[in-house]
Amino acid sequence: MGLMDLFKKKSSGDVAKDRLKLLLVSDRASCSPEMMEKIKNEIIEVISKYMDIDTEGLDIQITQTESEANNGTVPALFANIPIRDIKHGK
Amino acid sequence: MSEVIVITSGKGGVGKTTTTANVGTGLAQLNKKVVLIDTDIGLRNLDVVMGLENRIVYNLVDVIEGNCRIKQALIKDKKYPELYLLPSAQTRDKSAVTPEQMQNLIDELRADFDYILLDCPAGIEQGFKNAIAGADRALVVTTPEVSAIRDADRIIGLLEANELKRIDLIVNRLRMDMVKRGDMMNVSDVCEILAVNLIGAVPDDEHIVISTNQGEPLVGSDCLAGQAYANICRRLMGEEVPFLDLEAKTGVFSKLKDLFRKN
Repeated sequence: MGLMDLFKKKSSGDVAKDRLKLLLVSDRASCSPEMMEKIKNEIIEVISKYMDIDTEGLDIQITQTESEANNGTVPALFANIPIRDIKHGK
Repeated sequence: MSEVIVITSGKGGVGKTTTTANVGTGLAQLNKKVVLIDTDIGLRNLDVVMGLENRIVYNLVDVIEGNCRIKQALIKDKKYPELYLLPSAQTRDKSAVTPEQMQNLIDELRADFDYILLDCPAGIEQGFKNAIAGADRALVVTTPEVSAIRDADRIIGLLEANELKRIDLIVNRLRMDMVKRGDMMNVSDVCEILAVNLIGAVPDDEHIVISTNQGEPLVGSDCLAGQAYANICRRLMGEEVPFLDLEAKTGVFSKLKDLFRKN
């Protein structure tokens, strides 16, 4: 894409392909939305002990990433946790 | 040596029955002895697509329960004397048959036929398990839509878990005008995502609807879908057949159509 993006909105076919890729990674890892929700809540719980995080903006998903050891892609847990403030112990 | 092929998809309405009818008829055109088995107990459809709905006396469940012999339940096709249909029961449900019984039935049919095609019901429950029980290989049918591809992926996983030797993919209902403008995934996108061997790409074709209306499979006819199905049959038999250039033909066609629309 690159330069094309500047001129053209992403086509719905590409949107479908991207959505599917993500969907299938979590499907194949047999990771249910309920389990993802649980993981998310527990991460919030743990991180919140140390920092003030934006739970609304928290994004967690299973994606694919290049394997470091060899060629090919492997599933990875991706979490984007916006920090509001770091708590400096009382 | 007979080959048992299950036609499956996970999602409903993507073209399993149409594919079974056309691939079966196409193999018969290539002088093979073929039997089509409708395994969708309770929702039988293959008989209608084949145009044989008025000839049914006995069905799959009758054979399994021993109410008749296999030969009595097989319906000979109107055009091809070496093509038969074993219809499903309409007034029973999936639990009327077990995977073991299906396997036994198929083993009995192997002696008399080159190809045994199993039209699988939608879903992954009992009906699916019955349909794949005796199969050597599978044709997975999908359309270029997120939901159909997701289900196909699940099905492929289940087929692999059941140790089917070969799994091939048919991408159905392609609309090349939409693919061209980027509003539909193309065949290579679908193949990349599902990572199985492609055995055919079938365009969305009005002739399919017409042929279903008439109860006459269109495989081998002049239209693009007819050609695509004929090619699938040849590939099934091991022949290397180049893929149709769906884009070029429909490209001109859609341009013409666009021209008329504007005027």
